[in-house]
Amino acid sequence: MANIKLNEQKIQQIESICKDFNHEKGELINVLHKTQSLLGYLPAEVQEVIAKNLNCSVAHVYGVVTFYSFFTMIPKGEFPISICMGTACYVRGAEKVLDEFKRILEIPVGHTTPDGKFSLSCLRCVGACGLAPVVLVGEKVYGRVSPDGVKDIIKEYK
Amino acid sequence: MEMINVKIDNKNIQVAPGTTILEAAKSVGINIPTLCYLHLHDFNITNKPAGCRVCVVEVKGRRNLAPACATDCFDGMEVNTHNIRVLNSRKTVLELILSDHPTDCLVCSKSGNCELQTLAQDLGIRQIQYQGEQSKYREDTSPAIIRDVDKCIMCRRCEVMCNEVQTVGVLSAVNRGFMSVVAPAFEMNLDHSVCTYCGQCVAVCPTGALTEVDHTNQVIRALADPSKTVIVQTAPAVRVALGEEFGIEAGTSVTGKMVSALRNLGFDYVFDTDFAADLTIMEEGTELLDRITRHLQGDKSVKLPLLTSCCPGWVNFFEHQFPEMNDIPSTARSPQQMFGAIAKTYFAEKLGINRENLVVVSIMPCLAKKYECQRDEFSTNGNPDVDFAVSTRELAHLIKQANIDFTTLPEEDFDRPMGESTGASVIFGTTGGVIEAAVRTAYEVFTGKTLTKVDFEQLRGMEWIRHATVDFDGTPIHIGIAHGLGNARKLLQDIKDGNSMFHAIEIMACPGGCIGGGGQPLHHGDTSILLARQKALYTEDLGKDLRKSHENPYIQQLYADFLGKPMSEKAHHLLHTHYFDKSKPAEIAE
Repeated sequence: MANIKLNEQKIQQIESICKDFNHEKGELINVLHKTQSLLGYLPAEVQEVIAKNLNCSVAHVYGVVTFYSFFTMIPKGEFPISICMGTACYVRGAEKVLDEFKRILEIPVGHTTPDGKFSLSCLRCVGACGLAPVVLVGEKVYGRVSPDGVKDIIKEYK
Repeated sequence: MEMINVKIDNKNIQVAPGTTILEAAKSVGINIPTLCYLHLHDFNITNKPAGCRVCVVEVKGRRNLAPACATDCFDGMEVNTHNIRVLNSRKTVLELILSDHPTDCLVCSKSGNCELQTLAQDLGIRQIQYQGEQSKYREDTSPAIIRDVDKCIMCRRCEVMCNEVQTVGVLSAVNRGFMSVVAPAFEMNLDHSVCTYCGQCVAVCPTGALTEVDHTNQVIRALADPSKTVIVQTAPAVRVALGEEFGIEAGTSVTGKMVSALRNLGFDYVFDTDFAADLTIMEEGTELLDRITRHLQGDKSVKLPLLTSCCPGWVNFFEHQFPEMNDIPSTARSPQQMFGAIAKTYFAEKLGINRENLVVVSIMPCLAKKYECQRDEFSTNGNPDVDFAVSTRELAHLIKQANIDFTTLPEEDFDRPMGESTGASVIFGTTGGVIEAAVRTAYEVFTGKTLTKVDFEQLRGMEWIRHATVDFDGTPIHIGIAHGLGNARKLLQDIKDGNSMFHAIEIMACPGGCIGGGGQPLHHGDTSILLARQKALYTEDLGKDLRKSHENPYIQQLYADFLGKPMSEKAHHLLHTHYFDKSKPAEIAE
């Protein structure tokens, strides 16, 4: 985990999110949701600020963050890679494509490469089943990806 | 009140609405087994997540089985608690729990006292049909508490104690499904967290997931070392609980047998923390009177109320959570540490030995005491004032290992000088006791009159927060008492907000005070045991010839020979301390 020092402006933004939810403990999930869309992830310091503002324990906040797979404590890479694991993509070999990404980038799903360039995640159906298996890099869609094609995709962003 | 009729195992019962099946069954002698359920009746603490499903019963007309702990009775309800469907379900549930639990019971420190083990026995589990992956997690050892979450069954009792009762907020369930564990934030180790080591999580853990750090081997080694003089002190709450470990009825005071057992164990001198409790009253009482007198004279710089500082869990709590108020608690060290400081100076001098050759062992009802005696400020040149603090439970193990038949031991008396104590010090072990002891002495010093009645009933009881006004010969002294750190927090917040009307507040971290400490024999949810221990302490106080700390002749001698007077420079050096700002940002586990 990188040593992130939150700047004053970020802290204020988080505090204002908490305020929007009346500092209510019961709104923790909503607060985390908003904060993650602001920062992209929920590092420890952010959880501390939220716990303090909602008057609950940091352990509780951490418990919620680790319970829901949507929340992440790892920052997304510069180029977030998502592999569709929907039914159509899956039966057309998405898992092999995913394995190839994992092998080349040397990271498991949900993680980011040490240089901060790529992060890897799975998603369910982007509505392009005709192109299965589908991979997204940022907003760009790649269709009919084969394991052999993975290294070429990565090369585009190196 | 309108009663409702229910039938449990063919017994007709009338219960009040809102009664659970579990409670209704219990009232007619049907003990439905439970595991995650915890109900501390006298403290109004309940944990019933209905998570373990061990207490399932069949309710006529209901499709699935119902958890008895969390299902209310209704009029006309018919319940079966042990038909074949129920028994099969209950066993399956238990086997599934056991399938992800280590089976090293023989060498588990909780063996013989484990609720999961007892349940497996009671239900006659002889094999675990479900074999599969077992969760593995690192063991976390702190100065006082060990977390071995592989043995955790996710009952969440510890969370209730840590978060709702103590409001310390260290423990929470984290992660999900098979990966879920109860852990501090960011899965850091306990010693990086704001854990106070109060040990209430340990006191309620049904398995060996949360246990104390065992120091019995160090004690045995010290006792075997001929170059060491080993002395022992015993906290007041130990003597009214130790007997339970040997099948003696709860609430029986076993002081004499305990002394005898300690002598048999080989301790060179058997002393009493009560002696140091009397000393605490001399110092803390003087400090209180000093603050009150200055306050009455109009000195605005005086910090009131004075907060007691005997409880190390409480000290950790305010250092972590209210560091800005570090100047309010009494600077008096706890009795354990006062004893250690006097033992390694005054008594070592008397014996003519170096402090390095004197080993001080304390028997404590407490786990935070283990941490307290390891604090840097309580050692000289790396040699601690108190070398080892062992719990009441650990003492019972020591006695058993030494082949001592506790129940047939003769009654013996403590050694002198540090074994003499008054009734005031005995009641240190219960909520309300420290402040009552302080009042007995402070009254006489302040008014110059002799107390005719030393019992202050208005300070006694088990309510979470109590207050009373004691008349100091025309001067009303307002006293507050809280036990359980969540209640302490309320009084602290009042002080912070400027709304506190008290001159002095006694705080103990554990429910009931030290009698309910994290190192005591396990009560397994039966709080009548704590009430019995409390009663035994007041009975012991009543039986003492001397019941005011300042009347202890050996305390008087200690001041005459060594310390001078209370709050003297020497007393300050040896018997007082200061507090630290330990509020900490989250650190991330390696």
